[in-house]
Amino acid sequence: MVEILPNFKLVRPKTVEQAVAMLARSESAKLCAGGTDLIVNMRHGLSDVHTLVEISQINEMQELDLDDDRLRIGAGVTLNELARSNEIAKSFPAIHQACVAIASPNHRNCATVGGNLCLDTRCLFYNQSHWWRKSNDYCLKYRGTICHVAPKGNRCRAAFAGDLAPALIACRADIEITGPQGKRVIALKDFYREDGADHLKLNSDEIVTAVSVKSTAQNSAYKKITVRGALDFPLAGVAVVCNQTPDDGRSFSIAITGTNSSPVVIDVPELKKDDNRQDFFSALGNLVKKSVSPQRTTTIAAHYRRLSIAAITVRLAKTLSDEGSK
Amino acid sequence: MKQIISATINGTSCQDAIDDNLLLIDYLRKNKTLTGTKSGCDGGECGACTVLVNGQPRLSCITLAATCQNAEIETIEGESNNGRLSALQRAFHENLGTQCGFCTPGMIMAASGLLRDNPNPNDGEIRAALAGNLCRCTGYVKIIKSVRAAIGTSS
Ligand SMILES: Cc1cc2nc3c(=O)[nH]c(=O)nc-3n(C[C@H](O)[C@H](O)[C@H](O)COP(=O)(O)OP(=O)(O)OC[C@H]3O[C@@H](n4cnc5c(N)ncnc54)[C@H](O)[C@@H]3O)c2cc1C
Ligand code: SF4
Ligand code: FES
Ligand code: FES
Repeated sequence: MVEILPNFKLVRPKTVEQAVAMLARSESAKLCAGGTDLIVNMRHGLSDVHTLVEISQINEMQELDLDDDRLRIGAGVTLNELARSNEIAKSFPAIHQACVAIASPNHRNCATVGGNLCLDTRCLFYNQSHWWRKSNDYCLKYRGTICHVAPKGNRCRAAFAGDLAPALIACRADIEITGPQGKRVIALKDFYREDGADHLKLNSDEIVTAVSVKSTAQNSAYKKITVRGALDFPLAGVAVVCNQTPDDGRSFSIAITGTNSSPVVIDVPELKKDDNRQDFFSALGNLVKKSVSPQRTTTIAAHYRRLSIAAITVRLAKTLSDEGSK
Repeated sequence: MKQIISATINGTSCQDAIDDNLLLIDYLRKNKTLTGTKSGCDGGECGACTVLVNGQPRLSCITLAATCQNAEIETIEGESNNGRLSALQRAFHENLGTQCGFCTPGMIMAASGLLRDNPNPNDGEIRAALAGNLCRCTGYVKIIKSVRAAIGTSS
């Protein structure tokens, strides 16, 4: 049952600069943070790694700062550290709720924020042992030529199922990426692309070093649909941020995970004070149903994921807009 | 590639030359013949392999041994003291928290990690802390009861 890991050279840089140099130097080098996604995939023979750049000793990536201006979370901060921050739980409920919904506390002791944002996409035909995939002629994402989910298509539909990304995107987070040319900062929503086999806009010699959001406290929530209460990736998950507008309307920022190869941002119009709430929320539900495209990448039917994520989005948006008026 | 790892396992310091790709579970079970730690799944899904690394529960089946350099590792073999069961072990035994016993080493190590952080957890906290440890036999109720029974009992 235990699948032996392939041979690789393990290097453990102490600084971001060293890590970037190590990535640039060796071909097929790969970053390993907590390893709770990567090592599982390596045990399944899903990665050709010659040099494993293990980054848990880089102190500069483990800082968690909240000042008047921004909340900045180092990519090396573990999920349990993030979960322990009372300020974050209070001011950014969606981020906290997403964090504690990831895997289990045993994983969260070493799983990191960076690893969660860079999580590989998932599919029923991909997250399997080597012999299982081999007997199925592999697939487009790795080693094969066709996609078993959409055989007529020409791209992989594997789903991005990280929990933190939608919460951070709904908070309009920026991501800091460091490479040989230095640091670049982009909106987190622009970090992903809709291609299950190549979903991150990250070069092979770049490292995600931090993620940051404006430190204005907000009314927000995260909820995911799973088969089990813990240890389970989202079949779909949604983060909703709801703010009161000056004329007592509501503005929403909504992002969804688990349904597409990248997180999906839902562009929601403002709920004006005099709008008919029922019409507004039923339109929101329809908009979500139209915006997401879950595929046959899980054992649970795609149709169920579409309907339930729309229902949960509406439920969260309603609850938060009511709370705002208290 | 090989490297030398120095670590403390259940209070005994050791130094070993190990392969870069050696998993902590294989280091413990094969190199150190500490077979109390169990392997229950393909990797990362069941919690049977839970050990403590620097006091925190970690899944040894997805941890590289070489990343435990200078760490303090604790396994189920370190729980008993001079042949006497620890409070958790005794509580699991007396409250039928263990049946086939396969999940028990992981359960006890995860529970031990919890009690160090939070010596007086409520049921919700016990459940949350053991959420990553699966059991095929007990139905969990007796496991929660066992941890509750161990609270406040000295070993
Ligand atoms: C049973 C089980 C259940 C799980 N449930 C969930 C869940 O519910 N929700 C969820 O979101 N995840 C889940 N996970 C996946 C995983 O545990 C988490 O996503 C975790 O946060 C990954 O972080 P890590 O540090 O362990 O990443 P790693 O495994 O170390 O890395 C993951 C990927 O990110 C890359 N990477 C890591 N750090 C960086 C960086 N700083 N810059 C650039 N690339 C980087 C790695 O190269 C790798 O490709 C689960 C895993 C298991 C085994
Ligand atoms: S969506 Fe298709 S190509 Fe992608 S992992 Fe699944 S089967 Fe493979
Ligand atoms: S053996 Fe199942 S989680 Fe480690
Ligand atoms: S006692 Fe048998 S698996 Fe838990």
